[in-house]
Amino acid sequence: MIRLDRRPEPSRAWTIATPFVAVALTMVAGGLMFALLGKDPVEAIRTIFWDPLFGDFASYSRPQLLVKAGPLILIAIGLSLGFRAGIWNIGAEGQYILGAICAAATGLAIYPAETWIVFPAMIVAGALGGLLWAMIPALLKVRFGTNEVLVSLMLVYVAEALLASMSLGLLRNPEGMGFPGSRNLAQYPSAANLDLIPGTGLHWGVALAFAAVIVGQVVMTRHQLGFRVRLAGQSPRAAVFGGVNPGWLVVVCMGISGGLAGLAGMFEVAGPAGRLSIDFNVGYGFTAIIVAFLGRLNPIGILLAGLLMALTYIGGELAQLQMNLPLAAIQMFQGMLLFFLLAIDVLTNFSFRFGRRAVA
Amino acid sequence: MTFKTVLLGATAAMGLATGAMAQDDKTKVGFIYVGPVGDLGWTYQHDQGRLAVEEEYGDKVETVYVESVPEGPDAERVLTQMALQGADLIFTTSFGFMEATMNVAQKFPDVKFEHATGYQRADNVSTYSARFYEGRAVQGLIAGEMTESNIIGYIGSYPIPEVIRGINAAYIQAKKVNPEVEFRVVWAYTWFDPAKEAEAAKALIDAGADVILQHTDSTAPQAAAQEAGDVITFGQASDMLDYAPKPRVSSIIDNWNQYYIDRVGAVIDGTWESKDTWDGIDAGMVEIGEITDAVPAEVKEAALALKDAIASGEVHPFTGPLKKQDGSDWLAEGEVADDATLAGMNFYVEGLTGDIPQ
Repeated sequence: MIRLDRRPEPSRAWTIATPFVAVALTMVAGGLMFALLGKDPVEAIRTIFWDPLFGDFASYSRPQLLVKAGPLILIAIGLSLGFRAGIWNIGAEGQYILGAICAAATGLAIYPAETWIVFPAMIVAGALGGLLWAMIPALLKVRFGTNEVLVSLMLVYVAEALLASMSLGLLRNPEGMGFPGSRNLAQYPSAANLDLIPGTGLHWGVALAFAAVIVGQVVMTRHQLGFRVRLAGQSPRAAVFGGVNPGWLVVVCMGISGGLAGLAGMFEVAGPAGRLSIDFNVGYGFTAIIVAFLGRLNPIGILLAGLLMALTYIGGELAQLQMNLPLAAIQMFQGMLLFFLLAIDVLTNFSFRFGRRAVA
Repeated sequence: MTFKTVLLGATAAMGLATGAMAQDDKTKVGFIYVGPVGDLGWTYQHDQGRLAVEEEYGDKVETVYVESVPEGPDAERVLTQMALQGADLIFTTSFGFMEATMNVAQKFPDVKFEHATGYQRADNVSTYSARFYEGRAVQGLIAGEMTESNIIGYIGSYPIPEVIRGINAAYIQAKKVNPEVEFRVVWAYTWFDPAKEAEAAKALIDAGADVILQHTDSTAPQAAAQEAGDVITFGQASDMLDYAPKPRVSSIIDNWNQYYIDRVGAVIDGTWESKDTWDGIDAGMVEIGEITDAVPAEVKEAALALKDAIASGEVHPFTGPLKKQDGSDWLAEGEVADDATLAGMNFYVEGLTGDIPQ
């Protein structure tokens, strides 16, 4: 009989090995699925993982990886802080939307004046928008003990309704022939978030995402905030005795994650997306939750997980294009990745024992 | 060793051979879809068009598609990848792909683009759409005759001219045959989301609607109507025959097959030119699906007569006298709406209640 024994301490080896094993198992199970669909599994997996990086048109898709991974990493870094402390901000998607709305509104308010102040003002507005939206579940939790999972998630739908209203009303492009959506900010030089080095995909948001990884790493390992976060996550009671104010921690963690999600929205609306529209949000806030866990809530891990996730998106498109694989199969493949990760994760905290437990 | 190098090592071990690109003289035709090909609505019909192209030209063409592409930067990336991989002609089948289409078309002047339901054109970008409102008028007639509660529910997708045009066209006909009729419009803000569409349908049924018209693509409203019992619906974009004879009593079918065959043919012959196409019932781009026996024979007859009259040009669904919702004059007695006004329609006609969201 197989039984699971809780390890006295999470296994360090398994913490590091889990993602690799999960990726390997995903390739095997995914390959099997592709084979069942009548496609060559080796070619499918090569198309997803290899072609975007080194295929015939990799010079186009490599920069696109950064564009896709940037917002995921930025949001996931913020989320990981709270997740480690046991504070569950599930509403990053809404904070992302609010960041974009506030940033776009700021830019459009100044339009068409060309001045250097536009872009910094939009950054501040974007961060504030996300931060304040995250303060709603944070303060409700601190003051009334509400569940931040529910409140932050529900606020995503409120944010989506607000986005629709803005795209159709206040921020609608007056020259858009009556169609919903704002002016194109990417065509407004003072507001445009363009590539820092043309053709690399490295826009300000991606640069900030990399910076966030470094700062996140320093905070988690060297700063008192990181210590408090880890302490609260491991033992809330010990944290309270250790002088950590739980309410303060909720506000700080929600604030940081909301602010970063807002910034991601800002850089997206000013750059790759260009405009606010009803369908502006495409799920970065939710995917970032997967990225955060795939990256073991560790900043370096998140960086790699974000890039991996972006790879599966772009590679998935190529697989559709070149092999006529249905989108559902690609999504299954992405789902397997998370499934195997969580399944293998058991080994981090538990060890398998065969036979009966010895009586102590 | 980083995560990525391991990963690459693994894939490298699994086989390095680079796929041979189709570099022969086949004409490569790309399709980018906003929904899944299995939506049995809008995207499904476009994919039927793609299959018709394959059927028509066989080995002379190769078609590729990507489904459920979000409008925005993702669409631009997919279009760029298609163009890079040698597509000669790309159909972008949703209004929201307009900006992405224009941007990519500018970068690839040798690739031809066909954008559905948009208004921006270039030397290598055509636009095409169907006069769905002609079908809406026929639907409106049946709806007005069939309703007993005199409340007709309408699930709108987005408040854009195409959708508003459909609401107006249906209302005008319904009102003509049933002066008591009232329209309730719910905006779903999606083209395809079965959960939201079902919710909208249920809300309308709860509000007393016994006829549901939809401008969204899933069959969820049909299922909701079936569950509710005495409610009728119409197939949208595709026939949705699974729900016949009731709740689905008829449908508007988008038939892109001939248009796609013609345009691909033009690329093969080298005669392709940028143009704007807006065809209706007469060209076969808009079809009325079979009217089932749930509809009384005389109503069916009247509906088919209207359909024929529209096809022959004898009747235009927007013929005066018509006023706008605010009471101002729009069309004088006998006057017919011009295409420019219809293309940018952003107002309700007199009698419709509620506001267009803005």
